[in-house]
Amino acid sequence: MKYLCLVYSDEQDLHSLPDSPEDRECAAYAQSLVGSGHLLAGEALQSVNNATTVRVRGGEVHITDGPFAETKEQLAGFYMIDAKDLNEALRIAQGIPPARVGSIEVRPVRQLQVD
Amino acid sequence: MCTETTIAHIYQQHSRQVLATLIRLLNDFDLAEEALHDAFASALKQWPAEGMPENPTAWLVSTGRFKAIDKLRKFNREAALPPEIIELEAQEGNTDEPHLADDRLRLIFTCCHPSLSPEAATALTLREICDLSTEEIARAYLTKPATIAQRIVRAKRKIQTAGIPYEVPGKQALPERLPRVLQVVYLIFNEGYHTSGGAELLCQQLAEEAIRLGRLIAELLPEPEVLGLLALMLLQHSRRDARCDAQGDIVLLQDQNRQLWHQNLIAEALTLVPRTLVGRATGPYALQAAIAALHAQASSTEATDWQEIHGLYHVLYSRNPTPVVALNLAVAQAMAGETEQALTTMTQLAENQLTDYCPAHAARAELLLRLGHIREAAASYRRALQLSTQTPERRHLQKRLQECEEK
Repeated sequence: MKYLCLVYSDEQDLHSLPDSPEDRECAAYAQSLVGSGHLLAGEALQSVNNATTVRVRGGEVHITDGPFAETKEQLAGFYMIDAKDLNEALRIAQGIPPARVGSIEVRPVRQLQVD
Repeated sequence: MCTETTIAHIYQQHSRQVLATLIRLLNDFDLAEEALHDAFASALKQWPAEGMPENPTAWLVSTGRFKAIDKLRKFNREAALPPEIIELEAQEGNTDEPHLADDRLRLIFTCCHPSLSPEAATALTLREICDLSTEEIARAYLTKPATIAQRIVRAKRKIQTAGIPYEVPGKQALPERLPRVLQVVYLIFNEGYHTSGGAELLCQQLAEEAIRLGRLIAELLPEPEVLGLLALMLLQHSRRDARCDAQGDIVLLQDQNRQLWHQNLIAEALTLVPRTLVGRATGPYALQAAIAALHAQASSTEATDWQEIHGLYHVLYSRNPTPVVALNLAVAQAMAGETEQALTTMTQLAENQLTDYCPAHAARAELLLRLGHIREAAASYRRALQLSTQTPERRHLQKRLQECEEK
């Protein structure tokens, strides 16, 4: 099954706490998931300061500054993984380094119904 | 001679086992439940005429599996058979005995998966493992059957959609997964004990279901904390007849008639307690059971080993430093004779972290009354009354408040 692991964290905590991960550690973990055949795609994201939100309403495009929701924890990155089941996905999510300062939301992927 | 009574008895004894195995074989809760009922319907037709099979459980599993595959085939008659059915037919249904015991544990760990909310997990556990109807569960939780039914449907859907596997966690994952299972069992037990918001203090059925669950898990997975939880529940349940008087009012531990305590439950728990104490690794349920065991062995409040209880609460607090444990620690401290320090702690808790927690104000009021601070005790009872939602508890607090006002 495919799962998307969404990495959420307070952007302040992401780099400033004693437990905050370094990029090197994150890259190594992603590499290990590639090695085990679990990682389909994964990226870290720039800060929400650099986010732009797009909405289309009645054909009209609205472009605004910032993220969609004003919350304390921001989306900081994602891992798209292939796992046997939820337990394996949760084991992989536990190892994602920013789990120590933020949280990882694990969501199963939904197949679009197209016929 | 195989009668309907025999089959009803087999249903009571083995239907959960058969269901647990069918869920593994069919990989679908709803399909497995239908298969279970179809299998028993067939048994009712065939067994009285043809005699009971040698291994009824295995017969029910294989009949249920066959009926389910048949149903899927009919349902898919028009279209090509989906790969699941082909795979399902090709598999030999594994119904060996050790597998069957594992299936019951698989069902428990799936119903109590931490990705399900405790409310969903308790409803699902009561429905699937304890075989209570949604109406019975709703009555116990003072809610509508539709609410419970929806909770169960959503939980089953999540198991399917999120890919929660039907498995017993391995040795490494067990310490992460076992606490939720025990929490669900203890939630069921406590709901039976203090049916929240209701007039009835003891809703026996839930407490007994929880003990039955505890016994089952202890048999399948005798980990120290599993035994600790079972011992704790047995000890608390042993006092059930002494906790209320004839009017349904609460009787505090110190005022209970200890003749009413059920000695057979206490004896069973006391054999378990030594197996739960594993040095520094002793878990919170085991510690609470050890405390309850000291109460159970004392002939009166005065004869209780409060020093030892105080010490055990200290260890419990070091493992689990929550305000509620701090409150219990303070109560034990007061009973062990250190009343002034205990009162300081209770006051601090009642004014800060536990300001909305009825037992904090009730416990503080008790101690104030004991120390002769009548006016302050009355104020604390009033605050506790504002927070209490249980009728018997309210009556008890009212009575105590009245005592203060008459002094």
